[in-house]
Amino acid sequence: MKRVASFIEKTMSAIFTVCGFLAVGFVVLITGFLIVSGLPAIGKIGIVEFLFGRVWASTASHPSYGILPFILTSVYGTAGAIILGVPLGLLCAIFIAKMASKRVGVAVRSAVDLLSGIPSVVYGLVGMIIIVPFVRETFNLPDGANLFSAIIVLAVMILPSVISVSETAIRAVPKEYEEASLALGATKTETVFKVIVPSAKSGILTSVVLGIGRSVGEAMAVMMVSGNVANMPSLFKSVRFLTTAVASEMSYSSGLQREALFSIALVLFVFILIINLVLNLVVKKESE
Amino acid sequence: MKRFLAVLMTALTVTACLAGCGETTNEIATGAAKTVLSGTVTTDGSTSMEKVIGFLSEAYMEENSKVKVTYNPTGSGSGIQAVMEGRCDIGLSSRNLKAEEAQALTGTVVAIDGIAVIVNPDNPVGDLTVEQIGAIYRGEITNWSEVGGNDGPIVLIGREAASGTRDGFESITKTEDLCKYTQELTSTGDVVQTVASNPNAIGYASLASVKESVKAVSVEGVVPSNKTIQNGEYKIQRNFVFVTKKNGEMSAACENFFNFVISGEADEWIIAAGAVPVAR
Repeated sequence: MKRVASFIEKTMSAIFTVCGFLAVGFVVLITGFLIVSGLPAIGKIGIVEFLFGRVWASTASHPSYGILPFILTSVYGTAGAIILGVPLGLLCAIFIAKMASKRVGVAVRSAVDLLSGIPSVVYGLVGMIIIVPFVRETFNLPDGANLFSAIIVLAVMILPSVISVSETAIRAVPKEYEEASLALGATKTETVFKVIVPSAKSGILTSVVLGIGRSVGEAMAVMMVSGNVANMPSLFKSVRFLTTAVASEMSYSSGLQREALFSIALVLFVFILIINLVLNLVVKKESE
Repeated sequence: MKRFLAVLMTALTVTACLAGCGETTNEIATGAAKTVLSGTVTTDGSTSMEKVIGFLSEAYMEENSKVKVTYNPTGSGSGIQAVMEGRCDIGLSSRNLKAEEAQALTGTVVAIDGIAVIVNPDNPVGDLTVEQIGAIYRGEITNWSEVGGNDGPIVLIGREAASGTRDGFESITKTEDLCKYTQELTSTGDVVQTVASNPNAIGYASLASVKESVKAVSVEGVVPSNKTIQNGEYKIQRNFVFVTKKNGEMSAACENFFNFVISGEADEWIIAAGAVPVAR
């Protein structure tokens, strides 16, 4: 009997180990693939021309492969989404954790959870049918598919991760801090902004970094609302992100164009890697 | 054992090489009632024809399960070159053959690609010339009032760089690499949807995918329809051509596939792929 139990133990431990290494294997495989398929084109085009070239015309008779417009669009788009989404998400988290009655809090929470489960193509569809015409009419533009519409969609998409991580951080602030502040005569608002938010700072920062990661990597939704023209970014101009640059041309591409798309994916991968490193640093600091 | 493996490997390599070189192996097994064809038909060429050749080969292979029809998306020029050098059975070209090419090759029109120019249904503009359309897309005409419409900026909707429809449209309207697009969308459906929702938009799409939510303008007085495309009156169209060698022998499978495509039997698949069958 004992032998059987120990056999099961051993087998299970082997299975766990294999699964553990399998996940690592996928990461190594994807990283290796991206580097192997992404580097040659950068070499052929020239790294400076590739990263800082302002013109992307991959199928022209004299092709040009500059991805600066995509990089800047991704940076601006993400920054815009953070500027709009983080305050909104933070205030919502404070509402759920501190202001709302228990029942309302639970209701808002589950709505936020539902928001995180909506597929990105649905965000894109709603953006395309509601936000794009709305932006066009409100700002009296010829066309509403631009960076601004993309920022609005991205801001909504990062809300769930910002809200849930911030909420956890706010809840983790010891009750004594709050009580002490209130006992000293501070109002509830003062307590929230001067005591609770500063104490939950690193958790909130984590939520911001998560939001950045989500928004940099989003492709489908922004493809449907940003217009997809490789312009240098401007708030009311049609733009193309790093992700959509890969997604929109990959299906028919060939030759150097295809290799350059892999290089864009590599650049995107480096971005995400940096964001993850920052996230790890923040979390590490928090645990100290 | 080792020697056996070596022999096996050699045999496999030879077979793979033969198949890879586009050699067709035809075994005509004469059954009691009909012959069962087998082999490979290799096609190479125009990326614009991907959808048409995809539908055709799938439909054909369903009937003839032993025959494999392959497609290599390289571009019209490369496809013509490939058939000239015998690297494929059928070259696919989305333009007619040039005179020097036609000396050694035969081009057979199998379908026509009709591209409709679409505007919002509220737009009073109903007719444009090819020159006007070209000027609009090059950014020389920027307001609808210049072509007889209401005062309003023209919003140019197009397809992504590698799209076959874009390639066809730009080559016919002489706007290659010159278009000042406001939006580059990745599907015909997106183009139709965007034009339907923006009163100042203009776009282009295969005739088959034009819906009632948008208005297809007539070009130089000709309304796009299967009939006007077939008789050549509608200007924004181009041929999808099967290119074969003039004196080369076709394999039985290849000939059978070719006949299937030009017989009219395949018209429903050509329509399903968004193209217009030729008039017979």
